[in-house]
Amino acid sequence: MADSGSEDIAVIGNTDLTPSESENNVKNAMVEKGTSLLKKMEISVAEAEKRTGKNAVNMQETYTVYLIETRPVDAASEGTNPVPDSLWRRYSEFELLRNYLLVTYPFLVVPPLPEKRAEFVWHKLSADNMDPDFVERRRVGLENFLLRVASHPDLSSDKIFYSFLTEENGWKETVFETGFQAKADSRLKALNATFRVKNPDKRFAEMKHYGDELQSVISQLLRVRARAADRLYGVYKVHGNYGRVFSEWSAIEKEMGDGLQSAGHHMDAYAASVDDILEEEEHYADQLKEYLFYADALRAVCRKHELTQYELEMAAQDLTSKKQQREELATGTIRTFSLKGVTSKLFGQETPEQREAKLKMLETQIEEGEELVKERNAECEEFVKSAWVDIERFKEQKDHDLREALISYAIMQISMCKKGIQVWNNAKECFSKM
Amino acid sequence: SHFQKNVDTTLTDGSSFNASMQTSPASMINQYKFEEDADTKDIFVTVDNPESHVTAIETYITYRVMTKTTRSEFDSSEFEVRRRYQDFLWLKGRLEEAHPTLIVHPLPEKFVVKGMVERFNEDFIETRRRALHRFLNKIAEHPIFSSSEDFKIFLTAASGELTSHKKQGPGFLSRMGDTVKAVAAAVRGVRNRPQEFTEMQEYVEAFSQKIISLDKVTQRIVREQKEYLEELKECGPTYALWSQSEEELAEPLKNVAGCVDRCCKETEEQVKNLSDHLIPVLHEYVLCADTLKAVLRRRDNIQADFEAKTEALATKKANRDTMRDDLDKAEDRLEWANNALKSDWTRWQKVMRTDLRSAFVDTAERNVSYYEKCLAVWESFLHSQRTDAEGNGKVDFS
Repeated sequence: MADSGSEDIAVIGNTDLTPSESENNVKNAMVEKGTSLLKKMEISVAEAEKRTGKNAVNMQETYTVYLIETRPVDAASEGTNPVPDSLWRRYSEFELLRNYLLVTYPFLVVPPLPEKRAEFVWHKLSADNMDPDFVERRRVGLENFLLRVASHPDLSSDKIFYSFLTEENGWKETVFETGFQAKADSRLKALNATFRVKNPDKRFAEMKHYGDELQSVISQLLRVRARAADRLYGVYKVHGNYGRVFSEWSAIEKEMGDGLQSAGHHMDAYAASVDDILEEEEHYADQLKEYLFYADALRAVCRKHELTQYELEMAAQDLTSKKQQREELATGTIRTFSLKGVTSKLFGQETPEQREAKLKMLETQIEEGEELVKERNAECEEFVKSAWVDIERFKEQKDHDLREALISYAIMQISMCKKGIQVWNNAKECFSKM
Repeated sequence: SHFQKNVDTTLTDGSSFNASMQTSPASMINQYKFEEDADTKDIFVTVDNPESHVTAIETYITYRVMTKTTRSEFDSSEFEVRRRYQDFLWLKGRLEEAHPTLIVHPLPEKFVVKGMVERFNEDFIETRRRALHRFLNKIAEHPIFSSSEDFKIFLTAASGELTSHKKQGPGFLSRMGDTVKAVAAAVRGVRNRPQEFTEMQEYVEAFSQKIISLDKVTQRIVREQKEYLEELKECGPTYALWSQSEEELAEPLKNVAGCVDRCCKETEEQVKNLSDHLIPVLHEYVLCADTLKAVLRRRDNIQADFEAKTEALATKKANRDTMRDDLDKAEDRLEWANNALKSDWTRWQKVMRTDLRSAFVDTAERNVSYYEKCLAVWESFLHSQRTDAEGNGKVDFS
């Protein structure tokens, strides 16, 4: 045990908590949330498989499918273990589901999917989507996504989500039937356009700024971490050369041979140990990545709020201008510049009948406008209310999860140090027998 | 000292043999039974206290050499002198000349080529000081060398005395003569080298390769660790930066930043340890391998010389008496050289084993200590989080 006798050091007995156990703590926290969905069923992404088939342009392609398993909760606790219901889904179907959720619940921080392509890789990890390690980590990420959605108070009761989990065939059609694509397209157009809000909501502006900062700092951390991992790999692997040279050297020595040979084996073990160490660290990186992508989802909510606010402001502006036009028409004074006003001045006034018709039209428009403003105002208020509830929920979740992630990082470091102590103590014993 | 005091072992001229040798070559074998009895160590030498000296021509470093001894051939029991690197070189040269087939421990190299900007860099001086200390102690522990008059003068003479003594060495011409003979011998080549010396040569070749490899591997580890350290140094500040955007998370993030920074410091120290302790020792044994090769060559030359003289006696008619005399002396020299080498070889192997064993044990211990320190850093983080959690009633570690 690492008891160096210093008073500053507290030796925690329970540092045997493994990173996967820590991850389970996060999962359990999600389940404990007790959404009605999770109370009913257990959800998992159990397997991944390669498939080949013809794609939309009739070309052969290879892709991966993931097995979603659902099992009623009662059955598991009764001790019987019935075969779970299961279906296969591709990554693109997960994307479709998420896009649907984004459009349908723009005021919610929708859980992110695991990355499409491997980024922030250090040299050993393949950036290839077909790489088994990448596929495995993606499987875990997809399961995490489903559990996040299933543990969300609002998202968990969505019908499309439920049928995603339970209906293999025809699900895609069902999604398209909701008509969300149209909404998505118009929303996308609006969001991509540049617009400025006159009275930005301070809270949302701050949240957006926080989302920016979070994204920036996590990206930086992931980059730095990946480079450090690369270097650490090099340090450990070079020690393997000691193993080789000790072995060769032991062949020419009589008394020193045994000690050298066995020390060499420990050097080989030391060099090999880095593979497991870095694989564990990838789990930590994945936890950070989830929140990197969550930052994006947070910013999206803020952006959508801006859009809602902007649309309200536009409607209000439009109403004001129409009211002004009515006033001018009624009193005959021109306050605002209008081409009609100028032309009428140039070409003579309108007839009273024309004026009457115009006024009536304006009145209708104003009525409609007032309705629109009321609608949009309500929309905005509703959006702000719901969004803010979800943002608070998200904040708590984030604080909890990231703290757990930091703790699991510390546990990993401790495990790495313990391995190092063991290997070098063993090596020391062998060396002293040289 | 286990060596007879009336034997003058100083062979300043390769071909003559001091007439005061009372004993036959055969019985000399006994004298080379080097007993290593630590309890009877009667001389202690330390090298420390480097000081810089500036003159009009040059700047150089001197080291304090302190000697404590109970040996009767020393006028006093304590000595303190200052010596510079040149003086150590001189001593080494004298010992090699006097004992061509004994193994003199190497000195640190004159200047380090790679990675060293300034000759008077603190680390360089400290590394050199340690190596010089090891060198003198090896001499002091050697049964033959420690009785050398040159060694005694080195340890005790005031600077002026040493300078004049240095000038008394064998003349340039005599050294030239040795070199010519050595070259001639080398050209001739040895005909019937005894098997054991061939085996020695094969071992030295292999050993040399292995120790060079170990030196290279260790240097590579140092390089990789330095690069790792460069990257790691950026992690702490990134966590600290993040903590500035957070509220609840600020404290754990700052904490992690601190932990990473502390681990950086430990890593830095570990790298320094490798450079300061393991690499110099490996380096010395790389030089040792070269020394061994030189010693074997000199032995071969002595044998070649004997073989040549044997042949001359068999073929030439004139001066037969002188030639027979020469041959006898050459034969004695050869037997002397072979026995000296054989005994010193056994001794050297023991010393090498001890040195390398303790260097690797030391390295392993430092690595254990490094990991223990890092372990403590992260455990204190966990402890702080647990205390926090229990205070807030949030996290369940069970």
